[in-house]
Amino acid sequence: MNDAESIVELIPRLRRYARALAGERTAADDLVQDTLERAWSKLHLYRRGTDLRAWLFTVMHNVYVNQRRAARPSISLDEEMPELAQPVGETDTLVLRDLDAAIRRLPPDQREVLLLVALEDMSYDEAAHALGIPIGTVMSRLARAREKLRAMLSGLPPGGGKQLKIVK
Amino acid sequence: MNDMEQGEADLKALSQALHQLYDPILEEPVPARLHARPRRWRAIAIAAGWVVAGICVGALAGWQLHASRSMVALQTEVPGFVKRAAVAHATYSPEVRHPVEVGADQEQHLVAWLSKRLGAQVRAPKLDAIGYNLVGGRLLPGDNGPVAHFMYQTEKGRRITLYVRTEATENRETAFRYATEGNVKVFYWIDRKLGYALSSADLGRDDLIKVANAVYQQLNP
Repeated sequence: MNDAESIVELIPRLRRYARALAGERTAADDLVQDTLERAWSKLHLYRRGTDLRAWLFTVMHNVYVNQRRAARPSISLDEEMPELAQPVGETDTLVLRDLDAAIRRLPPDQREVLLLVALEDMSYDEAAHALGIPIGTVMSRLARAREKLRAMLSGLPPGGGKQLKIVK
Repeated sequence: MNDMEQGEADLKALSQALHQLYDPILEEPVPARLHARPRRWRAIAIAAGWVVAGICVGALAGWQLHASRSMVALQTEVPGFVKRAAVAHATYSPEVRHPVEVGADQEQHLVAWLSKRLGAQVRAPKLDAIGYNLVGGRLLPGDNGPVAHFMYQTEKGRRITLYVRTEATENRETAFRYATEGNVKVFYWIDRKLGYALSSADLGRDDLIKVANAVYQQLNP
């Protein structure tokens, strides 16, 4: 299978990640389309034998960052994080719809890390490479994302729930 | 359970929930716009298509003027799926009451279903611009697994069918080739994972190749 075919094969994976990242379907497919256009034009920069999927996620990350930079400044979700209307009481029962809404409310940096690790099953190292950040940053962003998710889904203020210890 | 184990269990639960949430997207048909290849590649593919189509037409003209020997040589190379496509066309296109299994009114379902069964993304090209409206489609048995079969017709009821099968070797791209099978004329080509055969009994080859080009361009926007 050549690179071009491998890219085509990976389109569903890119769409899944983009939808989780960008939310709305059209915006997500726009992100995929921009990513693919960039990937096709930069294919000569891809080193054969390395992980094509990781490379494509890096391209998507860069496109996503540029799109956000170009968009009007948004409210910092770090500060503005209203509780969901109906917090889920039971700790183990994640209501998927609420989870989706909660993912949307994460700051984009943390959302990316969370999705690469928990949805795309990347190792911390792979996620660090894909995003071009140190592995420690991956771990701290992931921890913050999980803490916020837990807070949103349980209706507790961030930091009020059980803390996750990061083992380095 | 200590905190670290608890943390890993939480992460695993979260991961499962995320997969439940977003995995259905993997099964969605990929929008056509995402299949667009770079302009350079497309230009080459289309140009190659035209060149070989030109050779085919030239060969046919030659065959008409001279003897049938060269055409016989071509005929022996016709792949089995082209014959199957021609037979399917001859079987279903005269059908009045049940020409298709799923009608064009359920196009999205039809395409999703056929894609699922073929294990590859298939699409029903839109040919309304050249006067062919989708009637619907059906699933057929092929020599290589399930086959998708789309039917189109003009307002006057002229029908063409598009036979789409998965290719055993996924790495090929061929341009248009032409064959006849009884009174059915077929243009066929292979595009990456899928093999296509466009059949008609009542179109001339010049008209049929125009349709074949429209189909190709729809599938490779």
